Amino acid sequence: MQRAPYPQTVEEPLETRQLAARPAAPRRVETFRIASTHGFGRLLNPRELWRFREVARQIAARDVKVRYRQTVLGAAWAILQPVGTMVVFTIFFGHLAHLSSEGSPYALFTLAGLVPWTYFSNAVLLGSDSLVMNSPLVSKVYFPRIFIPAGVVGAGLIDFAIAFVILVVVTVAWGTSLSIAILAVPLLVAIAVAAALGVSSGLSAINVRYRDVRYVVPFSMQLWLFATPIAYPSSLLSHNWRIVAALNPMTGVVEGFRWAVLGNPAAPWTLIGVSSASAVVVLLLGLFYFDRVERRFADII
Amino acid sequence: MTTAAIEISGLGKRYAIGVRRRGYDTLREAIVENARRQVQRATRRLPQRVDSTLWALKDVSLTIAQGEAVGLIGHNGAGKTTLLKILSRITEPTCGHADVTGRVGSLLEVGTGFHPELTGRENIYLYGSILGMSRPEIRRRFDEIVSFAEVERFLDTPVKRYSSGMSVRLAFAVAAHLEPEILLVDEVLAVGDAAFQRKSLGKMNEVAGEGKTVLFVSHNLAIIQALCRRAVLLSRGEVVADGPVADAIDQYLRAFESSAASNLLDRTDRDGRGWQLARISAVEIRDESGTHPDVVVGGRPATITVHVTEVLPETQCRLTIVNSLGQPITTLDTELPSRHDIRDAELGPRIECELSALPLLPGRYRIDILLKGRNQIQDGLLAAGFFDVEPGVLGERPMPVSGSDGDVVIDHAWRLPA
Repeated sequence: MQRAPYPQTVEEPLETRQLAARPAAPRRVETFRIASTHGFGRLLNPRELWRFREVARQIAARDVKVRYRQTVLGAAWAILQPVGTMVVFTIFFGHLAHLSSEGSPYALFTLAGLVPWTYFSNAVLLGSDSLVMNSPLVSKVYFPRIFIPAGVVGAGLIDFAIAFVILVVVTVAWGTSLSIAILAVPLLVAIAVAAALGVSSGLSAINVRYRDVRYVVPFSMQLWLFATPIAYPSSLLSHNWRIVAALNPMTGVVEGFRWAVLGNPAAPWTLIGVSSASAVVVLLLGLFYFDRVERRFADII
Repeated sequence: MTTAAIEISGLGKRYAIGVRRRGYDTLREAIVENARRQVQRATRRLPQRVDSTLWALKDVSLTIAQGEAVGLIGHNGAGKTTLLKILSRITEPTCGHADVTGRVGSLLEVGTGFHPELTGRENIYLYGSILGMSRPEIRRRFDEIVSFAEVERFLDTPVKRYSSGMSVRLAFAVAAHLEPEILLVDEVLAVGDAAFQRKSLGKMNEVAGEGKTVLFVSHNLAIIQALCRRAVLLSRGEVVADGPVADAIDQYLRAFESSAASNLLDRTDRDGRGWQLARISAVEIRDESGTHPDVVVGGRPATITVHVTEVLPETQCRLTIVNSLGQPITTLDTELPSRHDIRDAELGPRIECELSALPLLPGRYRIDILLKGRNQIQDGLLAAGFFDVEPGVLGERPMPVSGSDGDVVIDHAWRLPA
């Protein structure tokens, strides 16, 4: 059996050119072979992704636009979520449990972790359900399906940007001056995006077949929140355990944010390094799994 | 020289139809099922796998030339939609391949991709891009789309506030302005009101005339006949006829008749929504002379009798009379009651519909039946029966005999200058 991508170019015959009355100069028309495919390579075919780029753009734009339609507070939700959690954490963990915040005000210390975390958590929650939510699209139109979870992950960046600005404003208002380290933020965001895309593409693909994902994800994200050093510093752990903790990509991101925004002195490069490696692994695993099962989506969704 | 736009060879698509006909399974079920398989394999009681698969398409080979408009006809479940889904790459074939030359646009269902929260304007861009248009292309044809859909005033209103007619018109308008070389169309002309349908049909005709390759699926044979010169008849996933549209349609109708002639209880192409607690077992139409079933004289009183297997509470019945081109003529529905309707406990497992005078012109007609009971759809059959109308007299006036005068005749009187 042949593999699917089998592009071969032929000159468009004269008849069609005249009849179709297209303004374009002689166009090259591609012959595409449709056949059953095996293995990988559907998804990671850059030609295909490029050809459908407009769909990707429109889907991401749709996810951004729709997010806060018909809500009273609108984009304020992007801020309320991390700030609300920060307030709760500050009261319970900061004031009552007296968890260490490594010199920064506890509220700021948590907020710096909650801002990237909220992005990650929302991207995974919405992303893992995205294929199923878009099942009419999946079963009626063709385009690379990865655009659906990727659209969600991408659209979340707008929320993140709003929350990030607030974080910076609050930090400065608190009297902390920003350092050059803030330039590391794009790298940290990239790690979070990679991890979010990997997790949500993998989970959304599993969700097509097993709707258990819907129930597992919200619960798991709660556990993941506490497994990530957001309410507490990772320095509570011994050096070796910190390396293990950094296998959670969000550990490096959160600790990195504290260093980049709050100006914690020691750059956690080890954590960031381990976390980015692990994020890349998560991303590849998610994409490969997605790629493997994508061809069956329309039949079983 | 003409190059083939679509070259299909040996295409097949197999679906697994599990014992459980469920939308999705859960992890737990998968684990249990797997364990059961293992046990069965160990004890060598694995059921024949053959039962659980269905070939929706089997060894289909077709060549469609560039600029050709081809109709795809066949009963429900014959594989028409599956073929379009494969050609538009929504699903993969199990075997065989198809070579497609040119950009493909597919309209499998109008309006999938519309987002209710977005405005008409935003949805035009979203849906257009999903259908494969680029942004400049959409921008260029934007005004045309809007005026075709007749929604100018509502462009900035969210689509969820649209009437269903409006959103369907908008969706069709976007789709109709696609500019692919190959267009796959599934039953989309059945949208909107009559005026809009005429407009859509005109648009499709224009598209087919522009030298685009078009593959149409429709149950409306009149549309197929109007738009295509060639038609392909599919039956149970296989091509059974391929040729001039009139021939393929003839064969399709004959296939319908032979299935109607067989015992109705044996038919498997029933309405999938039916609970089948009661099933349709036979249908016949007799006029007042009553001698020949299914041959009636126009203008005479006639009775259509539907025999069912079971009498259920709340029995309702809908009969649709369809002409030889597949266009519905009229629908008779017990759910639109009149005080002349009678519920008779003595009647037995049958439903009778009395027509005071059969207002049909001579020709061949078919009856589609939908049976309801216990407030649920119980059974449905397309082409449950066929009957011939012989020329007769209505209101003491003879009927026109030739076929080109429509399908119905109305009791009427003239006033003429003397």
